[in-house]
Amino acid sequence: MTVLVIADIINDELSSDQIGKTIAAVSELGEITVLCACKNAGTPAGKAAKFDGVKKVLAVSDEVFANGIAESFSSLIVDLAKDFDYIVSAATAHGKNILPRVAALLDVMVITDISKVISNDTFERPIYAGNALQVVKSKDSKKIISIRTANFESVSQNNDAPVENYTCKKMTISSFWVEDKIQENDRPELTSAKVVVSGGRGVGSEENFEIIEKLATKLGAAVGASRAAVDSGFAPNDWQVGQTGKVVAPELYIAVGISGAIQHLAGMKDSKVIVAINKDEEAPIFQVADYGLVGDLFSIVPDLEEKL
Amino acid sequence: MKILVPVKRVIDYNVKVRVKTDGSGVDLTNIKMSMNPFDEIALEEAIRIKEAGKAEEIIAVSVGPSQAQETLRTALAMGADRAILVEATDSVNQDIEPLDVAKILHAIVLSEGTDLILCGKQAIDNDMNATAQMLSALMGCSQATFASKIELAGEKVTVTREVDGGLQVVSVTLPSVVSVDLRLNEPRYASLPNIMKAKRKPLEQRIPADFKVAIKNRLEIIETNEPPERQAGIKVSSVDELIEKLKNDAGVI
Ligand SMILES: Cc1cc2nc3c(=O)[nH]c(=O)nc-3n(C[C@H](O)[C@H](O)[C@H](O)COP(=O)(O)OP(=O)(O)OC[C@H]3O[C@@H](n4cnc5c(N)ncnc54)[C@H](O)[C@@H]3O)c2cc1C
Ligand SMILES: Nc1ncnc2c1ncn2[C@@H]1O[C@H](COP(=O)(O)O)[C@@H](O)[C@H]1O
Repeated sequence: MTVLVIADIINDELSSDQIGKTIAAVSELGEITVLCACKNAGTPAGKAAKFDGVKKVLAVSDEVFANGIAESFSSLIVDLAKDFDYIVSAATAHGKNILPRVAALLDVMVITDISKVISNDTFERPIYAGNALQVVKSKDSKKIISIRTANFESVSQNNDAPVENYTCKKMTISSFWVEDKIQENDRPELTSAKVVVSGGRGVGSEENFEIIEKLATKLGAAVGASRAAVDSGFAPNDWQVGQTGKVVAPELYIAVGISGAIQHLAGMKDSKVIVAINKDEEAPIFQVADYGLVGDLFSIVPDLEEKL
Repeated sequence: MKILVPVKRVIDYNVKVRVKTDGSGVDLTNIKMSMNPFDEIALEEAIRIKEAGKAEEIIAVSVGPSQAQETLRTALAMGADRAILVEATDSVNQDIEPLDVAKILHAIVLSEGTDLILCGKQAIDNDMNATAQMLSALMGCSQATFASKIELAGEKVTVTREVDGGLQVVSVTLPSVVSVDLRLNEPRYASLPNIMKAKRKPLEQRIPADFKVAIKNRLEIIETNEPPERQAGIKVSSVDELIEKLKNDAGVI
C-alpha cells in the first residue's frame, strides 16, 4: 500500500510538529511519500526527508502553491492520486480546506479528523464535539483521511529520504490570495506546546489578558482562549481552543476563568493534567480538572506566576 | 442573484449527548433538535446581503428526514424566501454523508442557477467539515472556507478566512461556495409575525432520485462509543498546594 502525506507549509516553512504526528498516525498503512508544495519547496522538502518512515519526498515549487489556495492544491493532488491508496494530511485549517475537495474530485468520501487507525480501512473519529467516538469502515478504494494530530506522538527525525522534484501542469483557478494577517510571537505553537494557559470570559478584557500571558511566559507555555474570550475581543481568533477551534493535548492545561462548556472541553479534555481556576465552585470545568482552585483569578494568577 | 443556503437539522448545541449502551449510536429520542448553529450564521449573512440589495432571492435547502421541514420553516421565518426539502431517509438516525449532500446540492445549484452558496463550516453532529469543499469541487468553482467576513462587489467576493496562524484574505470570482465561521455575525431571532408568515412561504418536497442521486453511504458505521471518562480530580485550597501537587504528584512543572 502507498500513502501520500500532504505537508502543511506556511510561507515556505514546514510545520514539523504536524507532519511528524501525521506520519506517526499512518505509518502502519503503507509506504509513505510526503508532498511538499509551496513557493520554494527545497528547504521544507529537505526537512520532511528527515522524518522516520518517509520513503520519498516530492518537492513542487510554484507560485500557485504559495498561499494554500484549495483549487491549486486539489488539482495537483488529484494528478498524483493514481499512485496512492491513501491521501492524508493533518486536520489543520489547510488540511480541512483541501482534502474534502480532493475527495469529491475523486468521488470518494473524506474521513476527517481521525483519532485512531484501527485497521487498513477502519478508523475512529470523535463526533458530537468529542462526546462520542465513532468507528467507521470505508468502502472506498482510495482513502482520504485527515488526522487529529493532538492524539499522536511525532516520529523521530533520523532519516534521509530522497527528494524528487515534480513539475505540475498549468491550471486555471478563480481564487486569488490577497493577504495574510498572521500573528507573530515567540511563544510555542498552541497545538504542539507542552503547557497551555487559556483564559476565558472571566478574564474580563484584552488588557487583563496580560496576566494570562505573563503566567504563560513563566511556564514557557502557549496561550489559548475560549470562544467567549475571542468573541469579546480579549484574544485573537487563532487562540481559540475547542470543537470549532484548535484541539490540544499538552502535558499541562491551565483553564482560567473558563466555565467548561462542552464545546470548549472538546478541544482540551485529552490534556494529561488539567488545572482549573474559577470563582464558581459549581463550574463544569471542575468535573474534568485534576486540580481545581476556587477563587478570584485576579489574585490567584499573579500569585501563581510569582511563586513558580 | 440567488443565494443558496443549505441548512442541516442537528441536535441542539445545548443538549448533552448520550451514547447508546449497545454502541449503535447516539440517543436522539425526545431530544431537542435545531438548525446547525453555523447554518443560522450563513443564513443571517444571506439575509444581510439581500437587505443590502445585492441579492434577490434566498433558497434554503435541507437534505434529511421529513422532520427537517421544521428546520426549513425556521429558515423561512428568519428570512429565506423559499425552501426545498430533499427527503433522503425515513430514519432520523441516518446521517446523509457530505458527498451525497454535495451531489444533491450541485444538482439544485444547476437547476436554480445560484451563484453564491453559503454553507456552515461544519455540522455539529458529525463534525465532518466537508460539504462546502465537496460542493465547490463538483461545481468546479472557487471556494472560501471558514469565513469571518464576506464582502460582495459585482462578480468578486472578498472573504476573510480564519486560518491556523490568524486570518487570510482571499478574493474569489463567482460562482463560489463560502463556508462560514462563528464570528461572521450574530444571527437574528425569528419574530412571531415572521413565524406566522413563514407558514405560507413555499416549501417544495423532493427526493434524491429527482436529482439522479442515489444515497450510498461510503462509510459504514461499525460502532459508536462513549469516550473514556476522566478520573475526577481534587480541589486544592491554595496556590502553594497547587504548585506542590503539580511538582510532586503530577510532575509537570
Ligand atoms: C457551534 C458552537 C461552537 C462553539 N465552539 C467553541 C469552541 O471551539 N471553543 C470554545 O471555547 N467555545 C465554543 N463555543 C462556545 C461555548 O458554548 C461557550 O459559550 C464558551 O466556551 C464559554 O466561554 P467561557 O467559559 O470563557 O465563558 P463563560 O461561560 O461566560 O464562563 C466564564 C467563567 O469565568 C468565571 N469567572 C468570572 N470572573 C472570574 C474571576 N474574577 N475569577 C475566576 N473566575 C471567574 C465564571 O465563574 C465562569 O465560569 C461554541 C458554541 C457553539 C454554539
Ligand atoms: N443534510 C444536510 N442538509 C443540508 N445542508 C447540509 C447537510 N449536511 C451538511 N450541510 C451543509 O454543509 C455544512 C457542513 O456540514 P458538514 O460537512 O457535514 O460538517 C453544514 O453547515 C450545512 O450548511
